Amino acid sequence: MLECRDLRKSFGELAAVDGVSFHIAAGETYGLLGPNGAGKTTSISMAVGLMQRDGGQVLVDGEPLDPGTTRLKAKIGLVPQDLALYPDLTARENLRFFGRLYDMPRARLSRRVDEVLEIIGLSDRANDRADTFSGGMKRRLNIGIGLLHAPRLLVLDEPTVGVDPQSRNAILESIEQLGSEGLAVLYTTHYMEEAERLCDRIGIIDRGQIKAEGTRRELAQILSQHDRVRLSATGPLHEGAEALRRIAGVQQVDVTDGAIDVLVEQAGNSLMAILSALEQSGVSITGVEIDEPNLEAVFLHLTGRSLRD
Amino acid sequence: MRSALTIAAKDLRQRVRDRSIYVIALAAPLGLAAIFGFVFNPISDADFTATFAVANIDQGPLASPLVDGVLGGLAEDGNVNLVHAASAEEATRLVEGDGERADQDVDAAVIIPAEFSARVQTGRPAELRVVQNANSSLASTLALAIVEGYARELDYVQGAVTTLTAFDPARLADAAAIAGLAASTPSPASVRDVSASTKQLDNTTFYGAGLATFFLFFTVQFGVNSLLAERHFGTLNRLLAAPVPRWSIILGKAITSFGLGLVSMLILIVATSFILGADWGNPAGVALLVVAATASAIGVMAMVSALARTSEQGEVFSSIAAVGLGIIGGTFFPINQAGGVLASLRFVTPHAWFLQGLGDLAGGSIGDILPAVAALLAFTAASSGIALALLRRRLNP
Ligand SMILES: Nc1ncnc2c1ncn2[C@@H]1O[C@H](COP(=O)(O)OP(=O)(O)OP(=O)(O)O)[C@@H](O)[C@H]1O
Ligand SMILES: [Mg+2]
Repeated sequence: MLECRDLRKSFGELAAVDGVSFHIAAGETYGLLGPNGAGKTTSISMAVGLMQRDGGQVLVDGEPLDPGTTRLKAKIGLVPQDLALYPDLTARENLRFFGRLYDMPRARLSRRVDEVLEIIGLSDRANDRADTFSGGMKRRLNIGIGLLHAPRLLVLDEPTVGVDPQSRNAILESIEQLGSEGLAVLYTTHYMEEAERLCDRIGIIDRGQIKAEGTRRELAQILSQHDRVRLSATGPLHEGAEALRRIAGVQQVDVTDGAIDVLVEQAGNSLMAILSALEQSGVSITGVEIDEPNLEAVFLHLTGRSLRD
Repeated sequence: MRSALTIAAKDLRQRVRDRSIYVIALAAPLGLAAIFGFVFNPISDADFTATFAVANIDQGPLASPLVDGVLGGLAEDGNVNLVHAASAEEATRLVEGDGERADQDVDAAVIIPAEFSARVQTGRPAELRVVQNANSSLASTLALAIVEGYARELDYVQGAVTTLTAFDPARLADAAAIAGLAASTPSPASVRDVSASTKQLDNTTFYGAGLATFFLFFTVQFGVNSLLAERHFGTLNRLLAAPVPRWSIILGKAITSFGLGLVSMLILIVATSFILGADWGNPAGVALLVVAATASAIGVMAMVSALARTSEQGEVFSSIAAVGLGIIGGTFFPINQAGGVLASLRFVTPHAWFLQGLGDLAGGSIGDILPAVAALLAFTAASSGIALALLRRRLNP
């Protein structure tokens, strides 16, 4: 459905996207997972033919897509990261306008507008101006506009940012639903849970490059030889973490609120050393948990950075 | 094309919802035109005539070009009645209204004192006097403008006299002859301008047309700057990602701007004609000028807007350009009467060409407006060319 080959884009000195390649099959949901500034928005802007590329190729159903080509764009629906709607038009007017731009016949457009209003839960506010909506309602309208012309590829750029947990769940459910209906979905996020829940395959992107790609299981395999030890603790956690980094077999140490996450090659071999090192640093341990590495750990391992802002 | 119309229809819907356009496009120009027209034109000046008293005490070679040439010429055209007075006192009395000829309301007196020609020719200070009637400000201002224009010509001649004298005192006699010759040749250009503009556009029409043009630039700005608004609201990204060619986005904005500009001009023309009694002239000629002026306004404002990065900036740039060009272009006062640099500078604005075209139309036939229309179209071509070059980058991020 969509194939991107070696996409490149620089802003001055900064190589925002530095050779990104991925492909999405029909019915597949692909996630681009990466922290702020990783190059997610820039990559998808090139993928949908909105932004000029410095290099690379985009193929939609095997045909090349360029910013100037209009025909192929009708197959794609875009939900931009920043709200993109007319505040002085009603929800219905916003939907109708973009529907016309996609050349939808009148009768079908009217039906489809009602359908989409139903999907995004705005049927009762259809004739209110968008600037009277709450933030979450605007987000939902933003998604609805991308869905309206029933595209075959839906591209969503962090659609759940700033949405309350309930609406967020509703949004994720409708995306899951669309994915199961045969729509190809390209989804960017920096929320691990969303990527794990929605995406068939995930590309981990950082500093303009895809560091690893695969299913959730395949990505976890990268660290399959490793264990994750989570120590709930109090005291000088950072000093303790420093001591842990010196222990052989310890790959990664991450301090969060009230806990230290340690990635080790073999939990059984290193656990005693870890506990005694912490004790010497004056850290008191209240709980120990040994687990498989999650995506977060994979991400940290690949990029040396945490996903959290 | 379909998508351009879809975009234009959406824009117009947004504009109709935004009340500020009614103020800018209709209420403000109509209100101001009514006020200006009333202040400067209490009754009707359709057949404007002024009565001047002239006291030519000097009777010298530099007096007759003013009396017979300039003022006499205006009298022949029927715009001015001349009353000859034997002395300065008599002329002044006539203006003050207690003269023997009570049938005449004299607007101003022009007094050429004794020795005037001789003093000018020998480079000594000389003066011309104008006595204005406080009750007829327009006609007496006209008298002052005529005399000042003539005096400026003499200044120039006097300068020549002085220079010649400084170089070669022996040729003083020749200098006097040259001065006399120069002063009696063509009547001063500024005086001709005054008479021309009063003949061509009456006050109501002038202020109606001036203000309509002034606000036209603000009105089309709503259409032009909506491209920046699309960017501000993020919707430009949706337009760029939609299956529509990029030129149709620009075309849509141009159609919006054109629609707004033409509708506001049409309403203003009809309203000033029926409510204020303005006389715009031959409808076909006016239509041609309005279309050309609207196109040039769109081009110029698009160029200004394309220089801006944000929609706030766009509005600021547009306002500065619209006000600046409007003032230079003489939409608020007949700047061509000011003479000098200002009078020529106005032709760097479409406003001046539009008003010039209306004047030409009033004074002549539809063929006479072709230079003005051509100038407006040249503005359109040049400015929209620059605007498109700038927007090209904007639309291809
Ligand atoms: N128009 C632009 N001009 C200059 N730099 C830009 C522009 N757009 C993006 N960048 C830079 O390119 C890099 C990638 O930006 P991008 O928006 O693609 O990141 P992202 O992964 O979408 O981040 P986020 O999660 O914060 O949305 C950033 O460093 C950003 O500052
Ligand atoms: Mg982004």
